[in-house]
Amino acid sequence: MPKQKNKVLLLFAHPSQDRSEINSPMFKLASKTDGVTAVDLYREYPTFRIDVDKEQQRLLAHDIVIMQFPLYWYSTPAILKEWQDLVLEYGFAYGHEGTMLHGKTLLCAITAGGAEAAYRKEGYNHFTIRELLHPIEQTASLIGMRYLAPFTLFSSRTAAEEQRDKKHLEDWNQLLNSLINNKLDLELASGLAKLDVQNIDLIRGLL
Amino acid sequence: MTGYFLQAFVYLIAAVLAVPLAKRLGLGSVLGYLIAGVIIGPVIGLVGSETATIQHFAEFGVVMMLFVVGLELEPRMLWNMRHKLIGLGGLQVSITTVVVMLLCLAFGLQWSVALAVGLIFSLSSTAIVLQTFNEKGLAKTDGGRSSFSVLLFQDIAVIPMLALIPLLALPELVALSEKLGEAAAEHGDSLNLVAHLPGWAYGIVVVVAIVALVVGGHFLSRPLFRYVASSGLREIFTAATLMLVIGIAALMGLVGLSPALGAFLAGVVLANSEFRHELESTIEPFKGLLLGLFFITVGAGVDFGVLQLHWGKVIAMALGIMLIKATILFVLAIIFKIRNSDRWLFALSLAQAGEFGFVLLNYTVQNHVIPQDLSQILSLVVAFSMFLTPSLFILYDKVILPRYERTENHQEPDEIDEKGTVIVAGIGRFGQIVNRFLVANGVKTVVLDHQAGQVELMRKINIKSYYGDATQPDLLHTAGIEEAKLMVVTIDDKEKVRDIVKYVKHAHPHVRLMVRAFDRGHAYELRSLGADHIITEAYYSALEMGGRALNELGFHPFKSEQLKAAFDQIEKDNKEKLYQTWLAGNEDNRFSNDYRELFLQLEELLGKAMSKDRSDGHSLTERGWTPPPKNYQDDFKQ
Repeated sequence: MPKQKNKVLLLFAHPSQDRSEINSPMFKLASKTDGVTAVDLYREYPTFRIDVDKEQQRLLAHDIVIMQFPLYWYSTPAILKEWQDLVLEYGFAYGHEGTMLHGKTLLCAITAGGAEAAYRKEGYNHFTIRELLHPIEQTASLIGMRYLAPFTLFSSRTAAEEQRDKKHLEDWNQLLNSLINNKLDLELASGLAKLDVQNIDLIRGLL
Repeated sequence: MTGYFLQAFVYLIAAVLAVPLAKRLGLGSVLGYLIAGVIIGPVIGLVGSETATIQHFAEFGVVMMLFVVGLELEPRMLWNMRHKLIGLGGLQVSITTVVVMLLCLAFGLQWSVALAVGLIFSLSSTAIVLQTFNEKGLAKTDGGRSSFSVLLFQDIAVIPMLALIPLLALPELVALSEKLGEAAAEHGDSLNLVAHLPGWAYGIVVVVAIVALVVGGHFLSRPLFRYVASSGLREIFTAATLMLVIGIAALMGLVGLSPALGAFLAGVVLANSEFRHELESTIEPFKGLLLGLFFITVGAGVDFGVLQLHWGKVIAMALGIMLIKATILFVLAIIFKIRNSDRWLFALSLAQAGEFGFVLLNYTVQNHVIPQDLSQILSLVVAFSMFLTPSLFILYDKVILPRYERTENHQEPDEIDEKGTVIVAGIGRFGQIVNRFLVANGVKTVVLDHQAGQVELMRKINIKSYYGDATQPDLLHTAGIEEAKLMVVTIDDKEKVRDIVKYVKHAHPHVRLMVRAFDRGHAYELRSLGADHIITEAYYSALEMGGRALNELGFHPFKSEQLKAAFDQIEKDNKEKLYQTWLAGNEDNRFSNDYRELFLQLEELLGKAMSKDRSDGHSLTERGWTPPPKNYQDDFKQ
């Protein structure tokens, strides 16, 4: 029996898209994918006036939320923080009767300038990507969403020159499709340190 | 007097009846005029003897056309097309001249006559070709642009030709005319200051005249037009424009130069002027009508007597000449890498002989180069080839283009050399800021304003601007509304803004229209007329001032910023409802009771929203940063 398809909401935050080499193509690809609602937050709210009702309705209408952004100072670009501050309201996402998002899934798809080796205890960033994103992970936990390991492109500033971008887009496409078609073992994916194509393959192998 | 009216009526009625018919049949206006001429002239004989006189008058249409051509040619653009101009144009003129000359020699003509004939047939018809290009929208194609450079070269080449032709005078013709006394002098320009001057003095006079034209055009025209424009009378501007062109034509005539060339030069000199668009749109209707008249006279001037005697010769020569020219042009097109259908367009469009042929023929006869009887036949050949040109365009449209379109569909689209520009109408205190912002961001703008002083000021700080009334369709046309993406209307006159919105939305629906409204009512009205974006002029600055007032009263700046945003949001949310109510209201009293009531509701809503907080009662109007309730942690007790 075929599994029910998932509806994916992609929240994309990139304040400088004319310089983007990876994120914009990723967003474009996602926009063309059936089953994904792709939202460019900076386009929709250029003055940061986020429509809270609209965003909450969107959340309700989807099963999986992906936050896509370039890692800015170990965190999200400002608008995505603003989005969290305003949309994940008391009484909606948390607190008394704030159970609207329970059971949904949250995933960060990010690009990081540093090499993967920098994101470990011995590296100059001292923490892994998953550790650095703990605030988001804990937010997910508080609002009852399942948090998946982040899907990350490291050394993103040189990815296009080194022709790693094509591969990353392929992986991205695969990831989106397995999310939509419910082919990813979410339990497994939330336990990993990071989500990459080997994991995805592995997970698919298990299916 | 009545006689003149009758004649004018005959000419006009011929044009009014024939041209629309010709256009409907897809023949183009030029052929329409030519046919109208043939019908009223040789066919039914309504006009006849006076045709030569009218033709002189109508040639003024050609003068005006070259003035307009000059206006469109900024010196920089001329420089950019120098390779095509000199290479393509130069080769076309010289090769055609040589080939025709050799043929004439083969038919036993004297070398000087042969050379003169060669020169005459090397020219093409600027009037027909440019007019047709404009009508069919071919001017921007590769073929169109190449043709234009060749035509331009030809127009310039007329000057040395005019200088050369007197040197070719045949001794026997000179002797003949001397015998006939001054008979020849009564025809044509009898007012010629330089006819009896020695060669060197003539040279000086010519140079002085041209320098006077260029320097005068550059330095005097602007103060003159500014003075005229300050009167605000459109008809005086028209008068000044006509005065300028007629003055130049007269000056050139007096020193024995081509008026058309003088007008062209004056046009180039004025091409950078802020009055360019206005000049162009002022002269456009005169030019069109006179050119039409010119074509009618060509038709009416077909001499059926001579044609009957030599019809075989005339047709054979006309076809022969067109074949030769088309072949030469086609080969040049290959050499200059003009591709596909453009190559055919180039070769076919320039294959005829042109109106300058008539001028040169007259001139050669006056200068005893070509005998009268030969010139009569040749002028029929020129006319006939002009007659055939529209059919070549039809051939191009119906046969050649479809063939290429099938293959070209798979190719890359034509390169777009003009990005969508923005037309800014009104460069007062408001439009200025819009324009500065756009220009600072690399957006190409064309600025129009009806206050010469304002335009002058803009030019002083290097903002490209033109004088003119933006409600005039022809000015918008010359400002390039066809290629524009967006038009920003920031002029003060409420009525005029209305007119512009109506006209642009109707005639150029592809242009996005961004307008400044005086107040809410004006804004609704403009919206109902179809404006795409409307900014009410004082709204945002007033809101800004309100915000600062709150700061002054001790509100936290961030709080007042939020309140401003909330105010704006409520305005936006209710805009549609207010507009619909306004629209439904009585024509005479848009601000009806319903509307007033709604407006009061809005005011109330605003008041509430300003004092409301997200946490008390979940207002739907404003969402700020609201902390959770003080006891919220109770929910997390585990």
